[in-house]
Formats: sequence, C-alpha cells, structure tokens
Amino acid sequence: MFIRIQKDKCSGCETCIDSCPYDAIVMKDGKAEINELCQICSVCLSVCPEGAIAAIEEDSDKKEKGQGAGVWVFAEHRDGRLADVSLELLGVGGMLAEKRGAELSAVLFGSTEKEAEELIKWGADRVYHCTAEIFSRFNDEAYSRLLSDLIRQYRPEIVLAGATPAGRSFIPRVAARLRTGLTADCTSLDIDSETGNLLQVRPAFGGNIMAAILCPHTRPQMATVRPRVMKRSEYDSGRKGAIIQVTADNITSRTNVIETVKEVSGVALNLQEANIIVAGGRGTDGQKGFDLLFELAGVLDASVAASRAAVDEGWIPYRHQVGQTGKTVGPKLYIACGISGAVQHLVGMQSSDIIVAINKNPDAPIFNVANYCIPGDLFEIVPMLTKKLKEVKGL
Amino acid sequence: MKTIVCIKQVPDTAEVRINPETNTLMRDGVPSIINPYDMHAIEAGLYIKEKTGGSVTVLTMGPPQAEDALRYAISMGVDDAVLLTDRAFAGSDTCATAYILSKAIERLGVDIIICGKQAIDGDTAQVGPEIAEFLDMPHIAYIRKFDDIKDNSIVVQRLMDEGYDVVESSLPVLLTVVRELNDPRMPSLKGKIAAKKAEVKKMSASDIGAGEDDIGLKGSPTQVRDIFAPGTTKDRKILEGAAEEQVDLLLKELTELKCL
Repeated sequence: MFIRIQKDKCSGCETCIDSCPYDAIVMKDGKAEINELCQICSVCLSVCPEGAIAAIEEDSDKKEKGQGAGVWVFAEHRDGRLADVSLELLGVGGMLAEKRGAELSAVLFGSTEKEAEELIKWGADRVYHCTAEIFSRFNDEAYSRLLSDLIRQYRPEIVLAGATPAGRSFIPRVAARLRTGLTADCTSLDIDSETGNLLQVRPAFGGNIMAAILCPHTRPQMATVRPRVMKRSEYDSGRKGAIIQVTADNITSRTNVIETVKEVSGVALNLQEANIIVAGGRGTDGQKGFDLLFELAGVLDASVAASRAAVDEGWIPYRHQVGQTGKTVGPKLYIACGISGAVQHLVGMQSSDIIVAINKNPDAPIFNVANYCIPGDLFEIVPMLTKKLKEVKGL
Repeated sequence: MKTIVCIKQVPDTAEVRINPETNTLMRDGVPSIINPYDMHAIEAGLYIKEKTGGSVTVLTMGPPQAEDALRYAISMGVDDAVLLTDRAFAGSDTCATAYILSKAIERLGVDIIICGKQAIDGDTAQVGPEIAEFLDMPHIAYIRKFDDIKDNSIVVQRLMDEGYDVVESSLPVLLTVVRELNDPRMPSLKGKIAAKKAEVKKMSASDIGAGEDDIGLKGSPTQVRDIFAPGTTKDRKILEGAAEEQVDLLLKELTELKCL
C-alpha cells in the first residue's frame, strides 16, 4: 500500500501538512505532495477536506501471502517449569489461531518431555521440542539458528515470543536472518479483519504514544509480547496434541555461558507476584507518607511500590519502582496514592485488574486509567482506610 | 582493538506528547539528545581503548544534524566519527537500519561493536542483535560488567530475568550495554577542542554498497499503520464526598469484587 494525493482534487489548503507525524507532506507548485518520509501511517487520509488523499493498494500486497500456516509461540522455561509468559503467549496465540482458522504450535528448546506435554495441556496443538545439549542454557546463536531453520521448514504465518531478556536478545536475530518484520514489546495483538494481517500494538516514545504496526509483505509476522499483559490460556489436563522431536546436528555457537548466577531481591519477586500493591508517588511527600502506605500494606498483606518520582527523591529504593524504567506488575488490586500518572508509570501497572487512585488533583492522569477515583488527600484517606480494614478484619 | 560504538540521536522522549484531536506527534521544541543508553556504550568503548589500546569510532545513521551527537562523542574522547546520511535511508525500520549499519561496519572493519541496550524513542532493542546477525557475528545483550578482555575473546556479565550470566565470546562480537555498566564521563576541555576541529566522515547508500530494495521504506518489512494516545478506562467510578464516605464506598465496592 502507498498513499497518494490526487492533484486534481487538492485545493492547496495545507491542512494535511500539520497532520503528518513524519513531515512527509510538502507543498510543491501550490499542491500537496507526499515525499519519501511517508511511513504509510494513514493519519492524513481523514484530514483532507477535499478527499484528495487516497491509499493505493499494490498487487505486491498479496506477495508471499498464503504460503504460511499456523501460529507459533516460543516457550521459555525456568528451572524445569514453564515460564508464566509462555502460558500468556499460548493465551493470545490461541485467540489469533482461532481467528485465522489455524493450528497453534509451541517451540520448546531444552527442558523435558514433561514440559512439552504441559504445553499441549495449556493449549498447543503441536510442540516442536529439541533437547540437544547446546540448548540446556540460553544461547543466542544456537536458539536463533534452530528457530530460523524450523520456521523455514514449516512456514508459520505468525511467530510470538516473550519480551523477556532472552526473547528480546535472540528473536531479532531470527527476524534479520529471515528478513522479516519484528515488532518489539507488544501490549495488544489482533487480526485485522479486512486483510488478515497481524495488528500489533506497542508503546513508543517512552509510552507517551501507542503505535499500531503491520508487517504486510513478508512472513512470518513476528512479535515479542510484554510479560504480564496477556491473559493466560486455559489448562485442560485431558487435551491431546503432537510432540515433534527436533534434532540440532549442525548447530554451534561462538558464545558460551560459563556461569549462571541468581540474584533476585525479595521485593522484586514480591512486586511481580503480589495480589495487592499499594504504591506511592510524589504526593506521599517523603518518609511519613510511605510509612502510612506500609501500614496499609501490612493490613492488606500487600507489597509497596513507587513511581519514579518518589524513587528519584530518595524516599524509597529503586527496587520498588514500577513503570517504564522499573518493574511491570499486574496485581488484582493496585492502589495508587499520590501518583499523578505519567505515562511512564502507567505502562508498568495498567494491566492490573482493579486500579484505585487517590489524588488531590481531580485532573490527574492516573484517574484516566483507574476503576475507582478518589479525589482527596491521601494523608486523610489512607489512615482511614487502614483503620476501617483493621476493624473489618478484626485486627 | 578496534571498537565501533553505534549511537542514535533521539528526541528527549519524556517531553513528546500526542495531540488528542489530530492524533499526531507534537514535537515542537523537543530537544535532541544522544540516546542515554548510548552514552554508556561510548564510555564502554573508551574503557576498552584504555585497557587494550587501539581506537574507538562512533557511528550513527540520521539526518545531517545528527553530526552534533557525533561531535559530542568526540569531545568525550572518541577518535573518529562516521555519519551515515542519505535521503534513501529515510523511513527505515529496525531491520533496514541494522542492514545499513552492518554494511558500513563491514567497510570500516571491527573487533568489538557496542550499542546501548535500546533507544528511548523506539524502545525496541532490536537493532544491535540484528546488526550482529547481518554480519554473522555473535552478540551478547545487556552487558553490566566486563570481566576480561583478551586479544581473541571477551568475558562479560549479562543481565537476565533472575540474576546474571557470565558469558564468554570469541571476537569479533557485538555487545549491548545497560546503565549499570559504568558512569559516562564528561567531555574534557581538550576533547571539546578536538570535537570542533574533527572531520566527520559522511557515507551515503552508494558508499556502503546498499541496494535500494534493502533500505528505507522499501527495505522495511514493518509499517506504522496508526499512532494514538494511550487509552482511558471506560468503566470508572468517581467516589465523591467526605473522606469517610469515600473510604466506605471503596470498601463496599472492593468487598463485592472479592478484591480484599
């Protein structure tokens, strides 16, 4: 597809020039013209009062389509257990496969037959499993070679992986090797009902902007998916599927993991596994505010998190930070106290089931994402909440 | 040791907003900076030079004004700078960008390539590993510490989900680095003078032998279909009244939802 301005209809009003986020529309001889900066974002299509801007489909849009089949997810595992993100990938992958009328397959490197069977119970129709010694530890080169080889052989149309340190490190190699598109860190995936293309939504510009990305001409369409955003698939202990053993005879690597060291702080783990999180921002006004939050957290058996503003002020250590440059969390209940709700914070907690926001400023952006908005003073409301909860719980 | 550091000039993203009415980026007056992660990559390049000798070259792809970013890197102590600039590069996605950078690096020759872990405008973290693949070179992402640098190999610590891995690689290799690795130095007075005098080498698509099907929009498998502002929650309730009323309402709602 490309965008063209029909010169005969263009009145030279310049309305479209400001609409373009890429400076791709310029005036030439009194008429608007699209230059090579155009990203085909389609923003300009609706702004022209004369209807002079049109999207033109090319024959090559059909190029290479229909050759692929099926949705694949790359399954990660840790210590003999499937990683949570793998189950989330099966959840969203299953939805996409159903819309495409295709099979859902999982790829598992290393690990054992038991995890391969688990993947089927969690929704995979097929599992491509390789147990070669080189896959006993994460290895960029070996992982990317074998996954590329399998994709070339079986030609899936969609390949998803977790936006984890491993996924974000080796999946780009696979995409480059196959010369296909890859969208990083997606927070929403769907099938475009008109074209059947994978519609990939991800935050950009520090989360200030969401972008919808397509990969229309090449296959497979590849995406990494942010952990804790998608819903897990359903577990069915009676589910049947096929496990295909894969060999890796000629796979070697020039890197070698000498040692793996675990270093998990209690708080990081707690934050990501917590059912309830009480979080504080600049409005906590320092230690005395956070003391109130810790007291509330104690009654709720919750973990305490913070926005970057509070961490930068030195009121609480970095390991408590939630947001773009901190942790991504998704508890059942997130209580945001004195957090204004900069987008950088929102991207780290938006997938929480229920969000309660307490803020003095009734126009704070945090109220845009909250389910329950409490305009008011946290120094009044938080202690009151703690007191009433204690009464309810008989503490 | 010949080191090439890849950097990107980016808008200071904390200040980029979207106009909710026109759905377009509001970029007026947003300053350009060197991608913060790339500052750590430059420092890493200088560290390797101090340890092993050799040279550090800084490389970027961008419009002519990206030269400012390169000159800043020279003021920090980098030896020379290369600017990949050509209208034909415009509209490149990560795949096409990595291809262009790899073609330039092929011509420059290299032992160690260093990139920041990601750029703060796109946040993809893809260009580094993609360059390595195009050059058929190993890579190690998220380096937080150098353990050992030898003539033909390197040992580093890479950050993972639950800790870190100690990883060894042969050279040449591509590394992407995280903030924990180092503290980028300030430019010296000598460096500032050098930056003023230095000649920034410019390379175009034909200089690096990149075909038009592999670069720009044509060479980019992904397309941005649409951009929009992050959404708002639809089923929200505003709890009004005095503090005690608000707390009672909240407790009632949360109890009904079995949230507590």
